[in-house]
Parts: sequence; C-alpha cells; structure tokens
Amino acid sequence: MAAFLQQIINGLSLGSIYALIALGYTMVYGIIQLINFAHGDILMVGAYVGFLAVVYLKLNIWWAFFLAVASCSLLGVIIERIAYRPLRNAPRLAALITAIGVSLLLENGGLMVLGTDIRSYPAGTINNVQLPITLMGIPITVTTLQIIILAVTIAIMLFLQYIVRYTWAGKAMRAVSYDSDAARLMGINVDNTISVTFALGSAFAAVAGILLGLYYNTIQPLMGIMPGLKAFVAAVIGGIGLIPGAMVGGFALGIFETMVSGYWSSKMRDPIVFLLLILILLIKPAGLLGKSNTEKV
Amino acid sequence: MGKSKRITLIALVLLLAVSLLAGCGQGQKSGGQQGTASGGNEINIGVNYELTGKVATYGTNTKNAILLAFEEINSKGGVLGGKKINPIVLDNGSKQEESMSVAAKLVTENKVVALLGPATTGNTLAAIPVATDNKVPLLTTSATNPDITVDPQTKKVRDYIFRICFTDPPQAIVGAEFAVKDLGAKKAAILYDNTNDYSKGLYQVFKQEFTKRGGQIVAEESFNQDDQDFRPFLTRFKNAGADLIYVPAYYEQVGKIVSQARELGLNVPMLGADGWDSPKLAEFAGGAANLKDTYFTNHYSASDPNPKVQAFVKAYKEKYGTEPDAFAALGYDAAYLLADAINRAGKAEPEAIRQALAETKNFEGVTGKMSFDSNHNPVKEIAIIALVDGKQTLKTKIQPTSN
Repeated sequence: MAAFLQQIINGLSLGSIYALIALGYTMVYGIIQLINFAHGDILMVGAYVGFLAVVYLKLNIWWAFFLAVASCSLLGVIIERIAYRPLRNAPRLAALITAIGVSLLLENGGLMVLGTDIRSYPAGTINNVQLPITLMGIPITVTTLQIIILAVTIAIMLFLQYIVRYTWAGKAMRAVSYDSDAARLMGINVDNTISVTFALGSAFAAVAGILLGLYYNTIQPLMGIMPGLKAFVAAVIGGIGLIPGAMVGGFALGIFETMVSGYWSSKMRDPIVFLLLILILLIKPAGLLGKSNTEKV
Repeated sequence: MGKSKRITLIALVLLLAVSLLAGCGQGQKSGGQQGTASGGNEINIGVNYELTGKVATYGTNTKNAILLAFEEINSKGGVLGGKKINPIVLDNGSKQEESMSVAAKLVTENKVVALLGPATTGNTLAAIPVATDNKVPLLTTSATNPDITVDPQTKKVRDYIFRICFTDPPQAIVGAEFAVKDLGAKKAAILYDNTNDYSKGLYQVFKQEFTKRGGQIVAEESFNQDDQDFRPFLTRFKNAGADLIYVPAYYEQVGKIVSQARELGLNVPMLGADGWDSPKLAEFAGGAANLKDTYFTNHYSASDPNPKVQAFVKAYKEKYGTEPDAFAALGYDAAYLLADAINRAGKAEPEAIRQALAETKNFEGVTGKMSFDSNHNPVKEIAIIALVDGKQTLKTKIQPTSN
C-alpha cells in the first residue's frame, strides 16, 4: 500500500509536468487548429534561459522564471508571425509541416549554439527538501519541488480558465476559435488575439521547462522532444482544445505511465502509452472530456 | 552600391577567416607533416575523443592526459631517438557516426600511424572497421565491452584493436565480491540501461556472480538512454527490500538515479562501475550528501599513495587545475604505452606498432602493472572507490579471481 501511494505521488508529479506542457498545445490548437510541434522546443529554450539567468546573471530562480517567461513569450509570438501566419489560409497540413520544421530548427539550432553538453542547475537553486508525510497512517515521501510543480500547474490552469472566461482577451479568443472570419467582422483583431495565445502558451512552456530542468536536474538541447510528444498525447487523451482536458489527460498519462513502469516493466511503458492514444482516437476521438460534434459544412 | 559591395567583401573575408580559425581549433597542431607518416621528424597519432556531447567529460579528460603525456615524452627527446610525436585531436561529439568519420579522416587525411580512442564502447565499435580496414592499430582507453577486441560473431581476436582498461566481466565480478564481502549485501536490485551494451554486459555478469556468492537479486529493471524518471522503479526496489542497488550506467543517469533514490528515502548502498567516474556526478546527483554510501569499481584512484600515481596527479593538476580521473589516467597510460610500443617496434609503422602492442609485458602505468593477454586485454588489479563527501577515495584494490 505504501508503495502504491508512493507510485501515485510519483505519477502526479510527472503528470503535472505533462499537464503544464499540454496546456500550451491545447490553447494553440483551440484557437487555430494547429498542433504546434515546436512547443516542446520552446520549453527547452525556456529551460536554458532560466539556466543562463541563474548561472551567468546570478539571478535568483524567480527572476529566472520571469526572464524565461518573457523571452519565450516573445519567441512564441515571433514564431507565429514568421512561420505560421503566412500559412493561415493554406491547407492545415502545410502549417503542420511548418511546425515540424520549426521544431527541428530549434532543436538543431540549440545543438549548434548551446553544444551537446548536459548542464544542470546549480545545487540550491531551489530549496528542495523531503517532506515525510503520513497519509492514512502510511509514510510516503514528497519533496517541496513536487509540491511546487503540482501547485504551479493547478494555479496556471485556474489562471487560464479565468482569462478565457472572464477577460476581454479571453472573449476574443473564444470568438476567434469559434469562427475567425465572423470575429473579424465583429471588429476583433484576430492577429493580435492569436499572438496573445502564442505568448501565453509559450510562457507556460517556459515555466514547464525550468521546472523540468529542476526536477530532473539536467537540461540539454533535445530535452523538449519526449515531454513534448507525451504532453501532446496527454492533450489528445483529455480532449485537445479543452483546458481541463489537458489537465485530466496530463495527470492520467503521468499516473498511467508510472503504474506501468512500477508494476510491470519499463519496456512496456511507451508501447502502452501509444496504444492508449490509438484506443482513445478509435473509441472517443474527441478525448475523455470532449463532446463529439459534427463537423460544420 | 559600391559601399554595400565593399561591406559584402569584408564580411566574406571575415567569414573565411573565422572558418579557417575554426578549422585550426579542431585539429590541434595539425600543420606541417601531413602525408608523411614515418618519413619526417614527426609521428602523427590520431586522437579521436568525445570532447562534446553526452559523455564529454570522459573524452575531454582523456585527451588532456594524452596531450600531457606526449608533451612529456617530446620534451624528453621523443621516440625512436629524437622523433617528435604529433597528436592530432578531433572531436566525435559522443556520436557513433561522427566517431567513424573522425577515425577515417585521421587515417586517410592525416596519415596517422596509430589511433587513440574513443572512450566509450559504442563509439569505439564504430571506429573499429576503419582501423581494421586500413590496418592501423587502435588503442582504446576506456571501452570495456568484451566485443571491442574480440569479434562476437567469429570469436576471433581483432588484430588491430587493443585496450588499456580492463574489460567489463572482471569489473562486475569484483563488484559482486565487494558487495557480498565488504558491504554484506544479501538482497540486491539492479537498474541498468537497456540501450547500452556496456550496461547490459555488466548487469548480466553481476547478476550471475552475486547469485553465485550466495546473494539474491530481488528486483531488476532496465531503462532507456533518454529516460529521466526512475522513481517508479526505485519505489519498487524499496518495496522489495533491496539492501544494495547495482547501477552499471553512465554518470549522467547515475546522478539522477542516486538523487531520486535518496529523495524517496532509499538510503541503501549503491554500487556501480567505471561509468560513474566524473567530477560532474555530484552535480547531477543533487549534491555530495546524496553520494553517501556509494561505491564503484574503477581503474585507479588519485588517492593511491604509489609515487608514480602521485607524480602524474601533480603534473596533471599543474597543467589543468583539476585532479585527474580514471579516464585521464588511462589516457596517460595509453599515450606512454603507445610511445613505448613505437620504441620497441623500432619504426613508426602501423604494422610494427601493432606487433609491439600485442607483445606488451609488465608495462608499468599509473593504472597498474599490465601485460596483454591473447585477447589484447590487459591483466591488472581493479580499484574500488568510495565517494566520501562527494570525493573519490580508494577503498580497496581487488585482483579479479575468475574469468
């Protein structure tokens, strides 16, 4: 039982990171139906900006978060402006291929500029201590970092829900996602709305990047590929385009993966995860929380 | 119009200069004697190492010690009565395909008479066909897999391939002996890298030897090279009641595994192999405190009181400012052994050097006294290192018994 509870904690921590990354995928998809494959690589850029801020600029971790968020938002907006906007009226496949291109550009550009060395945030960047917690009489171990990751993910989701539901920008986003042409006719600046979406999504990726770097103690230029892919799977499982779906999908995937590794075999983990994805797409293509609505003609 | 043309021209010249400089940086001191392998006054030796990439610290430290050794040899009059050794250093980026092309470049363009490196098994395996096809001896410093010197398919010794480190099996045997006798371990768990031949080989031998000595393997799990999260396995190990965890992997993963194990309150001794040897281990393990009660089998220890070792440690420290690790020690030995072989061969020709290397007897290096067996593997003692406050200290030395 102790082992089971501990595995749940392990899964929740992994799941929160997936959820955090999945939020970015979901937002962009929700607005322009584009799977932004470069999202995982923006995360990598965020992790490096944070690393540079801590190691070379000697800033504390909160300033590192701030710098990473600022630069990744800018990067997200620039990528959208240069790579995606010119293709907005092109077939969706063209934009998807461009996204893969941007992703490869960031990965290999990263390898070129940053080198292939693995770096790690200096010890003590964040005060990470073990908290021996007793849950229903069973001792389990949780670290402060795990709690921070979980808290940040939930806070960001709530923040996002607030923005989307109660602010002007959110209203514009919903309008653009519903029908961008009609939104334009109603006087909504569609381009700006999409830029805001990319800025927000990339900001979350930056936060996820630093947390991932701290959680695994290492960063390298290709670090975004696998978490990016897994978060995409999480977004699809939960229902891509839905903010709570990204959370549910992320947590579900994290716990699921941990359970497969913990009780069965690590070799089965990835095959089973992708099998799960295929099953979801076959049985409930809109995702766990998605409502299937017929395509507009 | 004229102005913009001039700017373009200046930019072009600058670009050319930069690319020339970059070229020079890659091949250190590569000028002069190209095309004349043994005729001139310099002998070209290829140095193919992991200077960037996943295992960059292995390659960089080895290369540093090789250059130190060759400098010492050259300052004492070189080899063959006055010829200087000219090391040509190229980076393989810790990648197999790069390792192969670097070896090919050294052999065909730089006409080297022998190759040193790479450091890891995978990268060395990639360079082997180049050495064999061109009949140039290759001396690897730290590739420990048995397949390096013996072709696993034909079971024949690879004529041109040698190594200066011990192989994996004795390392795992000594590890198992130490675990049972010194650490009193009875229930071991093993966590190994399934995508890595080095790790898999050690896992198999350790499992066999540990059980043979009365121990029990209570859990085992493998991971992939790119895995980051080991908590699910470690939680299972803890639950299985393991009193020792054997982790035959490279420092980057080991660091994460140790830190995640300690974080889960899994404070049992952890044992590994020479892949642990890196000054970055403590950094990746989240601090020296996490390394309490961790040990690994290694080629040498800088805390060894042997005067030969201490002289090397001093010289290396003076030149590079850090303590040499086992990779550096092996690089240093390899460079000296190669120079010795060239002297014994009487001429700087690949075939003669190959012959001399195969006949190595009682060569005294900083990693111990060694003779080559019929499989081109050195026979020598293995050191067990304990990490005390993150610092490597010599715990004991064990001569492998079986195998």
